[in-house]
Amino acid sequence: MLANYGFKDGSGDWFLVIDTDKCDGCGKCVAVCPANVLEVGSDDYDPFREEPVAKVREEERKKIRYSCASCRPGYGEKPAPCVVACEPGAISHSEGWKLLYGK
Amino acid sequence: MAEEVREFWRWPESRWANPDIDWKQGKIITSGVDVGSVSTQAVIVVDGELYAFSSTRTGSDSPDSALKGLNMALEGTGMTADNIDYCIGTGYGRVNVPMAQQTITEIACHARGANFVYGPGVRTVMDMGGQDCKAIRCDERGKVIKFMMNDKCAAGTGRGMEVFADLIGVPVWEIGPRSFQVEKEPPMISSTCVVFAKSEVVGLLEEGEPENDIIAAYCAAMAHRIVELLNRLGIEKEFAITGGIAKNEGVVKRLENETGVKTMEKVWYNPEYNSRGYPFDTQIIGALGAALFAMALLERGRVKSARKA
Repeated sequence: MLANYGFKDGSGDWFLVIDTDKCDGCGKCVAVCPANVLEVGSDDYDPFREEPVAKVREEERKKIRYSCASCRPGYGEKPAPCVVACEPGAISHSEGWKLLYGK
Repeated sequence: MAEEVREFWRWPESRWANPDIDWKQGKIITSGVDVGSVSTQAVIVVDGELYAFSSTRTGSDSPDSALKGLNMALEGTGMTADNIDYCIGTGYGRVNVPMAQQTITEIACHARGANFVYGPGVRTVMDMGGQDCKAIRCDERGKVIKFMMNDKCAAGTGRGMEVFADLIGVPVWEIGPRSFQVEKEPPMISSTCVVFAKSEVVGLLEEGEPENDIIAAYCAAMAHRIVELLNRLGIEKEFAITGGIAKNEGVVKRLENETGVKTMEKVWYNPEYNSRGYPFDTQIIGALGAALFAMALLERGRVKSARKA
């Protein structure tokens, strides 16, 4: 499942996307996130899934644009720490920050 | 003499119980309570079949609204909350459903409910609720495979439509039909932000713009906002709309025109439900999904029955 956490408003698309089929719940992304946006827990969108999964903390979902901004996801050669830490490659960001910070 | 105050946003509440089922013969009775920001629904499912439902307005107190919804669904059936094996809360106020053993997000519930109501063919579900809208892609089992929500503000949602109905003085259920009584489609309201749209509508009324034209312009703006979210997700057929706005043809038809994709017909996938005349209500789909999840979790032995009587 592609879980899009965040929002879309007049200024762009602000989503942190987690591919729950790739995520193995290891929690490395949680440890490296400087804004403490992520957590690992039960899958809120698939009640039948027994394995834990990474997700964006509930209280962060409406302000993700600002929380994720410090890492400048999509900016130049340096991907966000969570994206680097995720070995299965389950985490990505939508275009909002790329348009804002990208070259 | 006091002047009668008409409230144009007040849509009718409803309830229904299935006359073909004797719940006392049922093995597993589950319920789902969907406490939304504007409306609350309760659905009772007996052995996986729709037994009863209610649709009511959410008050300022979520637990109260949940109880009111469930009691309304149970009314006259002889069933009490103690007879229910498992209850799942969903929706915006899901953590405030006192009789629920568990909560599940409304995104998962709408996908599951739409799969039951519209059939396994449904791939894209757009839940247009009271205060947000959610675009959901699901598979043939009703499992969510992609989702996106827009809950940053209430622009282009059910509550926005209620505010608009009150402002223009037209009952909310007449908005759809009236939006087609125009000579030619007017340009859409430029903002769906409830506050900005309100001042734009007041401006149009002052200019003497015909009421129906303003209604059409508002419906078009609302449809456009939803299309933007849908485009981000990608519409895959079959496409169904759930929630209260699905009942507003003025928005649905304009959305179909803009995307070029028809929405699924509002009929039950189960032909028996149609031939027996079970009412079709797009607002109960989330609560129905919750009740079906409760049934599935019990059957899989993942949870235990909490039945008291």
